[in-house]
Amino acid sequence: MDPFVVLLPLFGAMLAMPVGRLFGARAAELVTTGLLLVAAVLAWILFFDVALGGNARTRELFTWISSGGFEANWSVRLDTLSAVMLVVINSVSFLVHMYSMGYMKDYGEQSRFFAYLSLFTFAMLTLVTADNFLQLFFGWEGVGLASYLLIGFWFKKKSANDAAIKAFVVNRVGDFGFALGIMCIFYVFGTIQFDEVFAAVASDATVVPYGQIAGDHIQSLTITFLGNDWHALTVIGVLLFIGAMGKSAQFFLHTWLPDAMEGPTPVSALIHAATMVTAGVFLVCRCSVIFEYAPNAAAMVTVVGAITAFFAATVGLLQDDIKKVVAYSTCSQLGYMFFAAGVGAYGAAMFHLFTHAFFKALLFLGSGAVIIGMHHEQNIKKMGGVKDLMPFTHILMIIGTIAITGVGIPGLYLFGAPFGTAGFVSKDMVIEGAFAAGEAGRAFGYFAFVMGLLAAAMTAFYSWRLIFLTFWGPSRAPEEVRKHPHEVPNTMMWPLVPLAIGALVAGMAFYPNFVGKKSDDFWNGALYVNEVHHEEASDGHAAAGDDHYEEANDNHGAATDEHTAEGDHAEKGGHHVPTWVLWSPFLAMLIGTISAAAFYLRGDPLRPGLLREGGMIYAFLKNKWYFDEIYDFLLVRPALLFGRFLWKEGDGKTIDGVGPDGIAALVASSARKIVKVQSGYVYHYAFAMLVGIAIFVTMILIRAGGGQ
Amino acid sequence: MAEIGLGHFLSVAAILFAIGMAGIFLNRKNVIVILMSIELMLLAVNINLVAFSQFLGDLTGQVFAFMVLTVAAAEAAVGLAILVAYFRKRGDISVDDANLMKN
Amino acid sequence: MVATIAFYVFALSAIAAGLMVVASKNPVHSVLFLITAFISAAGLFVLMGAEYLAMLLVVVYVGAVAVLFLFVVMMLDVDFVEMKQGFLQYLPIGGALAALVVIELILVVSVWAFPSDAELARAHPSPTAAQTVSDPNGPTNIEALGLILYTDYVHFFQIAGMVLLVAMIGAIILTFRTREGIKKQDPAAQVARKREEGVELKDIPSGQGLT
Repeated sequence: MDPFVVLLPLFGAMLAMPVGRLFGARAAELVTTGLLLVAAVLAWILFFDVALGGNARTRELFTWISSGGFEANWSVRLDTLSAVMLVVINSVSFLVHMYSMGYMKDYGEQSRFFAYLSLFTFAMLTLVTADNFLQLFFGWEGVGLASYLLIGFWFKKKSANDAAIKAFVVNRVGDFGFALGIMCIFYVFGTIQFDEVFAAVASDATVVPYGQIAGDHIQSLTITFLGNDWHALTVIGVLLFIGAMGKSAQFFLHTWLPDAMEGPTPVSALIHAATMVTAGVFLVCRCSVIFEYAPNAAAMVTVVGAITAFFAATVGLLQDDIKKVVAYSTCSQLGYMFFAAGVGAYGAAMFHLFTHAFFKALLFLGSGAVIIGMHHEQNIKKMGGVKDLMPFTHILMIIGTIAITGVGIPGLYLFGAPFGTAGFVSKDMVIEGAFAAGEAGRAFGYFAFVMGLLAAAMTAFYSWRLIFLTFWGPSRAPEEVRKHPHEVPNTMMWPLVPLAIGALVAGMAFYPNFVGKKSDDFWNGALYVNEVHHEEASDGHAAAGDDHYEEANDNHGAATDEHTAEGDHAEKGGHHVPTWVLWSPFLAMLIGTISAAAFYLRGDPLRPGLLREGGMIYAFLKNKWYFDEIYDFLLVRPALLFGRFLWKEGDGKTIDGVGPDGIAALVASSARKIVKVQSGYVYHYAFAMLVGIAIFVTMILIRAGGGQ
Repeated sequence: MAEIGLGHFLSVAAILFAIGMAGIFLNRKNVIVILMSIELMLLAVNINLVAFSQFLGDLTGQVFAFMVLTVAAAEAAVGLAILVAYFRKRGDISVDDANLMKN
Repeated sequence: MVATIAFYVFALSAIAAGLMVVASKNPVHSVLFLITAFISAAGLFVLMGAEYLAMLLVVVYVGAVAVLFLFVVMMLDVDFVEMKQGFLQYLPIGGALAALVVIELILVVSVWAFPSDAELARAHPSPTAAQTVSDPNGPTNIEALGLILYTDYVHFFQIAGMVLLVAMIGAIILTFRTREGIKKQDPAAQVARKREEGVELKDIPSGQGLT
């Protein structure tokens, strides 16, 4: 059963095209969706078995590569971390498959689309069930490929092709770092198996880098990279995180994500919101051991995550394209996950990933429904009043919005969980985690906390702005669109319902497991938090040893219990989070909501608000901090110029000119000259021969004379 | 007069060879004379070979001259045959116009 | 003394005849002068003691090759006078080249360090059959040549025969031509003929005659 949860989507991907060819597109849709349904059910069974039942296991399928000391297996690693991802991926993927059956009806080529979707699902499952870095990398590149194919699905549209190439190229930057990180891991540890690497790091084992004579304890090992000696774990952590930045669209490498919205909306929901972009978070959580012992790398994760959360939220404020708003919101939420992981709150990061998958998929699919309903209009300034035309979609979008903005009642606990929507529970955990880390002296904890709060306020603002402009107020749509609006078909409606339920209750339902009392049993060692950093114990490294791993986990469990306890207002000390911190995200959300209502509910919704159109800040945000322009100026254009230079001057003139073309031209031109000698008159040849004899004799004579 | 030595015979051969060379240059239109010039040059070579053979006391030179004679005879026969065939084709034996090899 | 006079006579006649071969206007005269040059050269050969080669030169060249030249010259209907035009055009370069070669070759001859008999004897302590040429009591020239030609150089000899054979076949092929419109026998066709092709039987109705 274990392999099938991964392989069923692959079967679907392989079957979709032939089935579509033989029995029509509808058959292909049913086959892939049916297989995904089975896979999703399996994933939930595994989730209860592995995560809740504590039955973690690794199933090796076959040896993939075995070369010298290098060995990579193909396995299905099932622990809580991968079980959570399996549930998220397979559930969302199934719902998106189902939704796409309605969404793609107008566009044609459904077989290809569903094949890509299933291929993506397979690659993503390979990624999360890997038990070594190479299989992880395979899945990593597989999802990149599927993402490229799906963004460029409408390959006849130039903008879609451009966006696909942009996504691919930007991801290459990250993947380069990731690949270097994997090589670095193999260089240092001599293996790429998760278990061996993580155990070595946790127990501070002595490792001998490849080709070196003397080794050192891993936690203090330095390696030479770029001509300097660096702390090995920091190098590995930073390189891995660069990979994560690319895939998860973090600050500096985020530019591809908004453009990726050129793809069909179900793709945006599945790949660019719920699953693929969270692969980076998954990677950081999977490698939590490494990051725990590389505080500088973890600090980088924190800073980049926090900046991304803030930056993407600011840009989201003024976007007019309904999908772009949601895209920047995704970017921002990913920032939350990263800084949670960076400050050591891996449970919170995974929890937010889990809940985010529900409400972000809901928002995207809801947006898709609106787009279909509004005859493929994406600009929210040309909508308005959709509430009356699509009441069901309206309710679902409201649910998604209260989930993402985090509506709940701080301080109220029911059955050991905070009362509120999914986003409320998980986001509060993230922000509180950042504050607690700041209190514990962890680098950039407070910074992340502040950024998180600001981003929370802006999240509320742009999410409600989307609702107000799209659904409320007078309609600004063209006449013929208003006359023939249509609620979307049932296949597009039903997948939204489970997502909406998840968006409402997933936070409360899984709170105890992910971050609450039961989290220690739940994660079962899949996540690692080094309490040394939290407690600022300077002699923490002295406790190094084989039992340190478990010991640290025990500490973590205790700390989380304390954390939960203070949540219950049973203040026992430890990481005490003041009440104002508990309330602060809620207040930020309220501020955002109220200001959105103030700007967009009263009077004309298009009325210029706080930021006047044409103003500098407005232009700055509207143009996404000019990132595309800066990259265009700094990287793209020089690269193009450089490429053109290399092409024209380097390849064309130098290599071709001197090489093949030059030799060819030389031969041709000298042949043209020599051919004149070949007059074709016999006596010319005879003359040449005789002149040659005379020269020959003269030469011998001179040589003989010189010799004497 | 001094006694006739190797140098005398070699000088005669050299002069004959030069005459043959000049003949090729001068009679560039008449293939028959060119062939005769070549015969002259081969004769000069033969004189050289025989002279050296005699004065070095080694008969191998005469054997070689014998071979040259054979090849010269064969060459004359084939050359004249080509000439006849060429004349049949063109009605002329002027080498001036023999530029068919030119593309 | 006689030998010296004979050398000069033969040498001068060979050179003069060679000049005339090149210079004469009529190719027939050229051929005749070529014959003269060959005969003079044969005389020089005799002076050098190479009697066999001298005879060969006279028989083969004068008797066969020169006659072949004569035959071809007379057979071809060419205006030879016209061919002499432009004769002087290449005289400067041709003459210069020829003069250069002559001067150089004679220069070589004049500075040549000829080995003495004593030196030759030191170089070849035990003379082989090939070196018996100057021995007055030894075999004659023809005998000596035959001794090495059919032993040491038998392969060269046979190759020479092959060269002549190939040249003969080549000359025949080159000048061979099939003429149209002449009656020939085709023995193969004659032998391959069958009765059915040659005989036709007809039933002739009686009383009507042949039509």
